[in-house]
Amino acid sequence: MNLEEYAAKQSVLVPAGVPTPRGVVCRSAEQASDAVAKIGPSVIKAQVPTGKRGKSGGIKMADNAEQGAAAAHAILGMTIGGSRVERVLVEERCPIERELYAAVLIDVSSRSPLVLFSTEGGMDIEEVAEQKPDAIRRHVVDVKHGFDTSDAAALLSGLDLGPATDALGDVLVRLYRAFCENDAELVEINPLAILRGGKVVALDCKFVLDDASTFRQPELAKVASPPKMTDLEQRGAAHGLRFIQLDGNVGVLANGAGLTMTTMDVINHFGGKPANFLEIGGEAYTKAEVALDLVLSNPGVKSLVVNFCGAFARTDVMAEGVVMAWESLKPKIPAFFSIHGTGEDEAVKLVRERLGIEPYDFMEDAVKAAVEAAK
Amino acid sequence: MIYRRGQKVLVQGITGKQGSFWAARMMELGTDVVAGVNPKRAGEAHNGVPIFRSAVEATRQTPCDISVIFIPPTMAKEAIIDAIDAGIGTIVVLTEHIPSHDVLEIFAHARGSKSRIVGPNTAGIVTPGDGFVGIMPGHNPNIFMPGNIGVISRSGSLGTLMCLNLTRAGLGQSAFIGIGGDPIIGTTTRDALEALDRDERTSAVVLVGEIGGAMEEEAAEYARGMKKSVVSFIAGRSSPPDKKMGHAGAIVTGGRGGYASKRAALENAGVRVADTPAEIATFLSQARVA
Repeated sequence: MNLEEYAAKQSVLVPAGVPTPRGVVCRSAEQASDAVAKIGPSVIKAQVPTGKRGKSGGIKMADNAEQGAAAAHAILGMTIGGSRVERVLVEERCPIERELYAAVLIDVSSRSPLVLFSTEGGMDIEEVAEQKPDAIRRHVVDVKHGFDTSDAAALLSGLDLGPATDALGDVLVRLYRAFCENDAELVEINPLAILRGGKVVALDCKFVLDDASTFRQPELAKVASPPKMTDLEQRGAAHGLRFIQLDGNVGVLANGAGLTMTTMDVINHFGGKPANFLEIGGEAYTKAEVALDLVLSNPGVKSLVVNFCGAFARTDVMAEGVVMAWESLKPKIPAFFSIHGTGEDEAVKLVRERLGIEPYDFMEDAVKAAVEAAK
Repeated sequence: MIYRRGQKVLVQGITGKQGSFWAARMMELGTDVVAGVNPKRAGEAHNGVPIFRSAVEATRQTPCDISVIFIPPTMAKEAIIDAIDAGIGTIVVLTEHIPSHDVLEIFAHARGSKSRIVGPNTAGIVTPGDGFVGIMPGHNPNIFMPGNIGVISRSGSLGTLMCLNLTRAGLGQSAFIGIGGDPIIGTTTRDALEALDRDERTSAVVLVGEIGGAMEEEAAEYARGMKKSVVSFIAGRSSPPDKKMGHAGAIVTGGRGGYASKRAALENAGVRVADTPAEIATFLSQARVA
């Protein structure tokens, strides 16, 4: 789950003691006008859970209340990266001397937190990695030891950061603590600015909350941006099902992420297009009835592949759910089954007797038939 | 990470619904389940298996080679660290959705210890004819059959399909190693490939990968030098791009993780990559004839 800039600053950086500019969240031009009148020369920034706001015209300057209202009026209601702008952050404009980069993230290859620092702030870190790889410093953290002032000093040594070095080190230590205490997947400050006079301030912040930790971070989960979902996807989520609506016409119902992705791949391989991703893996295998309802509610669906290979998931339980849903919904599209694994004999019998459909021995044949039928 | 008959298994969470069900299936197939853990029922027995307060307590009474974790995500960290402290050699973690920071702590504890972690979010390990540990249909003879093909899979369901296809083609398996679907796991594709390369029962390997991460690329580097033939299927070719990857996340994997990169790395290393699961058996039969 991503936090928008204002939420990341308010809920993560400020409590951690990382300095941020004075700012106010505004939902209207009037509020923005008042905010600029109070703060003085400001930056008005669109609040959306995506980058590239500047390039899309989502960041404007305002010297006075009138300009603040105009800027907010222009930005509110814009669509940036598929998200409608509902809020702007009005923030005091800071006299920037230097733009830097700092982040802490979960590093998969070392199975550890990774602290990153770069002297090239304000640009995408991927670009820095490509163009100036030497500008990036990395520190793999041993979580038993943590990340302290001396680690920060070592990371920053030799970078010629002048008198701000200690303040930057302090920000890194606080950022690491914020990363740990808030179950972050990523916390990134870009740019981290040194101001005229030497003060260090976080001008932007990106925060990604670990999805598996929302239960113990309820406050952060509340202020996180809800993931963008279609109505059907929301219905799936309400039932604890990961449903992704796609633009094809062959509906997919399979168990397990690996088998579901594979079913989609094989549909593509035979010249068809999948209408959805829907996994009923793990404990969700008992939800086949809801799942089938979702797949069939997708307006583009012309045929259906049901591909079960039961390990933990029992195919007889899944098939029973499918048969019940099929009988109550009475869909007008053809369905093609392939069923193997735990509970296979009962599942095949159910589908054969109740739906009058003979399952295929190989999933490839079921998919081929479904692609043909959808044409 | 390859189960062998006679290896002694501890089941943490043996009295739970799934732990109880799968422990019984494992024992039916000959897996040597010697102990279980449930702090509230220490001293009792469950389906004839003695229950202990902790893994440390259990191993004091009876040696265990493998522990399998049937513990919900919020309590998994303590259970796994208990197994590490008990000095158990292989810890098979079935639990999905363990908080990422707990996972980091688990691996910090495992570093420098005697324990290898398989998973989290694995379906387990199977050696047809010997036994299995986890939630795989190891007891289903239509799916698993003894033989000499080693199978590595991130996914339980897709791994099951692969073994089923092999069995139907008369190609038995020497070992199935489920490594788990999480981004951070203790046993990588490459670790499993190295183990199967060393295993004398294994003559060829099926590597079942998925998009995301860089494990298939790393395994390809090792496969290049192998004498045994390796064939592969990578799931996710047609999946919409993963939006979860943060800016800073992309940098540590160096932009790797997509289907094309994995397929190219494997093919450059001499690994044939199948377009559909059923092609795998054909590839193996052709490799055998050649």
